[in-house]
Amino acid sequence: MTAAQPAIEFSDVGQVFRTASGALEALRGVDLSIGRHEFVAVLGPSGCGKSTLLRLTSGLIRPTSGVVSVFGLPVAEPRDDIGIVFQKPTLLPWANVEDNVVFPVRHKTGRVTPEDRANARIIIEKVGLAGFEARLPAELSGGMQQRVGIARALFMNPDILLMDEPFSALDALTREEMGFELLRIWEAQPKTVMFITHSISEAVLLADRVLVMSERPGHIVENLVIDLPRPRGIETSNQKAMHDYVGHLRGLLLKRAA
Amino acid sequence: MTMSDTSAVSSSSAPPEAAMPGRSWSAWFVQTPGVLPAATFVAIILVWEASCRLFEIPSFVLPAPTRILGGFDAVSTGRWAEHVWATLRVALIGYVLSIAISLPIAIILARSEILSRAVYPILVVVQSTPVVAIAPIIIVALGSGDLPRVVITCLITFFPLVVSTTTGLMATPPELIELSRSLRAPVIREITQIRLPFAIPYIFSALKISVTLAVIGAVVAEFVAADKGLGYFIQFSTSMFQVQQAWAGLIVLVLLSLVLFQAVTAVQRIWFPWSLPTERA
Repeated sequence: MTAAQPAIEFSDVGQVFRTASGALEALRGVDLSIGRHEFVAVLGPSGCGKSTLLRLTSGLIRPTSGVVSVFGLPVAEPRDDIGIVFQKPTLLPWANVEDNVVFPVRHKTGRVTPEDRANARIIIEKVGLAGFEARLPAELSGGMQQRVGIARALFMNPDILLMDEPFSALDALTREEMGFELLRIWEAQPKTVMFITHSISEAVLLADRVLVMSERPGHIVENLVIDLPRPRGIETSNQKAMHDYVGHLRGLLLKRAA
Repeated sequence: MTMSDTSAVSSSSAPPEAAMPGRSWSAWFVQTPGVLPAATFVAIILVWEASCRLFEIPSFVLPAPTRILGGFDAVSTGRWAEHVWATLRVALIGYVLSIAISLPIAIILARSEILSRAVYPILVVVQSTPVVAIAPIIIVALGSGDLPRVVITCLITFFPLVVSTTTGLMATPPELIELSRSLRAPVIREITQIRLPFAIPYIFSALKISVTLAVIGAVVAEFVAADKGLGYFIQFSTSMFQVQQAWAGLIVLVLLSLVLFQAVTAVQRIWFPWSLPTERA
């Protein structure tokens, strides 16, 4: 973590949802800090409130207790400098790749300038979809659709990228390929990344640091710095250190589940 | 391709290669689009005609197809056009008005749970009222002319539109609504750029149902009070015991409904092709 001001900071954050069947405590006493341009993966059992962390950071919901800050300011409403990638690509089926990528600006301001379009084409090329600008989502594979989802999140050039299990709907090979692709994009243009996942190896392979959450009510039970050299690639997965990290995290999660 | 064809033609246990030459004609018959339903249709007409002649069925019970063809000559082409136009006009005005009313209602119902709870039961009551029963009351209340007929057409068409559009507006992926909120976009754009387009498949399935209902509404109104239109023509013909004429009117009415239905389908295919279920082999 850097000495400078953290990009994302949670201090003693609690979150209680009111549901039809009573109060549901999703988070309790969450403290975390993510430095600028740091890639942090959040790992934990399903239903532990991982996605809630993300929605709190984005400003879509407010914490019941505690403070969520982004660049030193408490989050009161959604900010322009945050991009979100969802588990499913959730593209507009009637819009082609380019129109999907420029959608945030069309939606926010009501119009799209030629400059926006030029910008979109650069990003489309960056995510490896050059030549597919005019294709409809239905004509793309799942991996390519998620590339469009990432391009859409990058389009507003956010400082912070929030990713909610973005590759979990993909097959294993595509998933690994997309992970390296994401690292390549991130290394070329560093951003603060909060990456939610339930894949231990994915977390270790991608992140500078892995946060492990407990089951509900979720809180951080482990903060593991992943000291693997960058740039990472296929050869990283074969390193002994990688296996040690994965083994340590698996042991931790299994012990907690038992 | 041919291997799978044979299984559709027959479940005979003979090896496909040996059976192929003799089956090519029947395979064509089964596979070519439109041939099978057309052949079935011709067969029904032939059986119908033959039965009428063979069993000497009185024409007021069931006129033979050839006699119905004669029924078309009973009035001039100009009169036919007048009747068709009278029914079509009421059906279309009612249909368009119904769309104009139901879209805003659906948007309001989808946005406000309280209003939805308040208005929905009333909509169900309106829908449960038999249109045939309320038609005479509306005619008395609103007098003659197109207005009562248009109102009756609206009554019968707007319910499927409201329900289907509301369902469509609610079926938007929640992620896109979150995206919209995270961009702090105005609500109007959330509706026009996300919710309404996502509701298009739902809206079109209701538009297809409603366009045929619109014809029914116009005909029901004509049954009660009219001096023109296909509904009026059918009722007038039966009262004169000109059953073959009534049948001719009925056929024109069916064709009118089919054309309108196909027109709505064509609109969806041309302007909203992405909203059709994907056809993949």
